[in-house]
Amino acid sequence: MKFTGTVIKYGDNVDTDVIIPARHLNTIDVKELASHCMEDIDKDFHKKIKEGDIMVAGLNFGCGSSREHAPIAIKASGISLVIAKSFARIFYRNAINIGLAILECPEAAEAIENGHQVEADLDAGLITDLTTGAKFKTNPFPPFIQKMITNGGLVASIQKGDFC
Amino acid sequence: MGMTMTQKILAAHAGLDKVEAGQLILVDLDRVLGNDITSPVAIREFEKLGATAVYDKDKVTMVMDHFAPNKDIKAAEQCKMCRSFCNEYDVTHFYDVGRMGIEHALLPEKGLVVSGDVVIGADSHTCTYGALGAFSTGVGSTDMACGMATGKAWFKVPSAIRFNLKGKLNPFVSGKDVILHIIGMIGVDGALYRSMEFAGEGVSALSVYDRLTISNMAIEAGAKNGIFPVDEQTLAYIAEHSDRAPVVYEADADAVYDETYEIDLSRIKSTVAFPHLPENTKTIDEVGEVKIDQVVIGSCTNGHYKDLAEAASILKGKKVADHVRAIIIPATQDIYLKAIENGLVKIFIEAGCVVSTPTCGPCLGGHMGILAAGERAVATTNRNFVGRMGHVTSEVYLASPAVAAASAIAGKIADPAKV
Repeated sequence: MKFTGTVIKYGDNVDTDVIIPARHLNTIDVKELASHCMEDIDKDFHKKIKEGDIMVAGLNFGCGSSREHAPIAIKASGISLVIAKSFARIFYRNAINIGLAILECPEAAEAIENGHQVEADLDAGLITDLTTGAKFKTNPFPPFIQKMITNGGLVASIQKGDFC
Repeated sequence: MGMTMTQKILAAHAGLDKVEAGQLILVDLDRVLGNDITSPVAIREFEKLGATAVYDKDKVTMVMDHFAPNKDIKAAEQCKMCRSFCNEYDVTHFYDVGRMGIEHALLPEKGLVVSGDVVIGADSHTCTYGALGAFSTGVGSTDMACGMATGKAWFKVPSAIRFNLKGKLNPFVSGKDVILHIIGMIGVDGALYRSMEFAGEGVSALSVYDRLTISNMAIEAGAKNGIFPVDEQTLAYIAEHSDRAPVVYEADADAVYDETYEIDLSRIKSTVAFPHLPENTKTIDEVGEVKIDQVVIGSCTNGHYKDLAEAASILKGKKVADHVRAIIIPATQDIYLKAIENGLVKIFIEAGCVVSTPTCGPCLGGHMGILAAGERAVATTNRNFVGRMGHVTSEVYLASPAVAAASAIAGKIADPAKV
């Protein structure tokens, strides 16, 4: 799986309350959730994101609530991949379960700047900053997780009889 | 190399003699929990799975607590969706308005979690039940859906940080101050992906309710779970609330920990987390002059009877400051009733507080106490992120019930020992 896109960058500890504020959790409509994504720290987020853009963030991305609405809103807004220095564990798990691609790579998340063009190869665990030419190596997912992503998430894995 | 307490519970539920940190395992679930905002997404995924039944109608549990009693039409529709699902699949433990409470106070009270259980919940504060010696952790709605269908979940076995507790807490200091102190020390990602395992002679000096508050906020340090050893107090609590037999697991003597911290409970002071992260802690003598507009005493963290009793002992015969709105939210119907019977509600109302039906409500900015631009609240809740209780420029200061009650009277953050 390969992704190429323009980077939108945020800092450390981006929490689920700013990714999708709880006041919007009275719906499960993915488009409506996407329209409020990041609005408390970046009011025009949903207007400026183009399909395929890549989000880059600092430490502990997605900390806080277990709301799956958070990765759902990011994915539905058009973001193809999130690269962070680290992810909060429930967000990490939820992203994999719903099929939002994520990569943990502190070096890339530090070096890549807002607006850069980035290419990421999930199978090889390779991130390239096309703007600067810098390359970053990260650990690809273990086979267990890769299988789940290839199947299209946890629900699809169970449907295929591939889970237990 | 021995196993931690968490690893032993996980191994037993995976049918393995031994597990080690980093290993991926599939475990059997003793309970699968959801609420009125996470269950609708799970129900949608459950239907995609094509499942025709839940794995065990007595083990799937839904609690309508976040936006219930329904705050608006959309919230009403979400509760209706949960209600219909539980009717259709004959789910035993569906808790609606009138019987519900805040989930993490309700489940222990109803005896639905005992020592040795593995529980997943589509709510991040599911880690609360570690206080009873269970492995419990928050997951998303897809995990909940698959858990409801299969009774299983996959986990990466966590390593652990050990907290050796000694001594006992001083007056006006409680479990909330302990966990805020720890989060201030290790940071909001200090225990990321790992277990927080509490140990030492100091454990027995903490009430079960203090432990519930401490385990509840393990997630605020990024932890997968926060677990206490089982002692006589735990067993007495479970015997009082559940007809199920606890299974007691202990960490091996040669278990390996990533780090060990020594915590002297007698040295912990009342602690407040300033906006906008739970790690921004100051002790009560460092807070300075912080004028407030609202106080919230409640939530899954601090809505227990013990918490209300502590607040009432400070508010008794006093008045809430003119410019402060004080909102008291008993976490469950039983707590509410006991607070009425024992005169706590009278104390609160005479002091100028409002007493609400159980709900998560303002904790996550849902309803029942939303903040306007620039307003400040002292809350016994668990998160103080940007916009958590309302407007993006509002501020939440996390504190114990004692500090919150003292602050309501003083109209600014105040030391309960001095009010």
